[in-house]
Amino acid sequence: MLSAWTVWIVIVCLGLGTYLIRFSFLGLIGGRELPEWFLRHLRYVAVAVMPALITPLVIWPEATQGEPDPARLIAALAAFVIGIKFNSVIGAILAGMISLYGVQYLLN
Amino acid sequence: MSDTKSIFWSGFLDCIPFILVVAPFGLLFGVVATEAGLNLLETMSMTVLVIAGAAQFTALALLQDQAPTFVVILAALAVNLRMAMYSAALVPHLGKTSLRTRALASYFMIDQTFAVSIKKYERNPQWSMAQKTAYYFGCTSALCPFWYLFSLLGALVGQSIPKEYSLDFAIPICFISLIAPMLRSLPHMVSALVSILLALVFAWMPYNLWLIVAAVFAMMAGARTELWVEGRKAKC
Repeated sequence: MLSAWTVWIVIVCLGLGTYLIRFSFLGLIGGRELPEWFLRHLRYVAVAVMPALITPLVIWPEATQGEPDPARLIAALAAFVIGIKFNSVIGAILAGMISLYGVQYLLN
Repeated sequence: MSDTKSIFWSGFLDCIPFILVVAPFGLLFGVVATEAGLNLLETMSMTVLVIAGAAQFTALALLQDQAPTFVVILAALAVNLRMAMYSAALVPHLGKTSLRTRALASYFMIDQTFAVSIKKYERNPQWSMAQKTAYYFGCTSALCPFWYLFSLLGALVGQSIPKEYSLDFAIPICFISLIAPMLRSLPHMVSALVSILLALVFAWMPYNLWLIVAAVFAMMAGARTELWVEGRKAKC
């Protein structure tokens, strides 16, 4: 059983720490000008962070004990193809979930 | 005035599709937290104070493993370090707003609203700061209430969600659908590719450090490629 103290310490420290991370640059740099080389790197934050974040989840999903899963790989590919071709978020999400359930249904 | 209002609602509408992901993820958090032994107040405090799903799941898993408290906190914070990069990337767009606005924008900074807003800002460079701010808060208003609401429902219902629903995969699909439309230029493609490859190469690193290392190198790859493309254009 978890002690209430431990849980509350984690909640408060994690909440505070996460807020400080989010506030860091936006709060402290504020309106000051950033150097050009730094701005050039910042243009790629989204495409640099998010693919790395999900790569292990796609290739080694925890739900299959880290074994690559055909249904999940196909679903990821379907979402990617629809997203890049039609520039549609909702299309990509639907394509991903439908192919995930579809392939799982076919394989079982 | 009506202009910023309509921009607020366009941000709201652009983020509505992600409710498909935020809702099940929030529900799952409420259920898992309750199963881990957190009461309703603790579960909702975590959801409202931290408002970052991946870090919350990390903290829960480590708490259940009886990891030392400081390890729980540091490992979960490491998952959120990426948001320092989001914070920096928002500076050119929201940096000149009031401290109160920036403080609020920081609290509501989540992956989806960040990615959707940045994409929009790049396509509308002529937007004023008021318009950019309106769009950003339109995005957060569409998603954050659902995060709270569905965590609450999960905690109240408190029943396991069958594994067959594969809710774990809603997150990767969400991120793919965010990123795929952004791959419109060579530097963006190179950056994403480096990001994927290095996530695999550095997967052995503890505490999610691989994420930060892969992201920093991927940003450098994007910036380098941009310079190279510009250099070639200048020569022609």
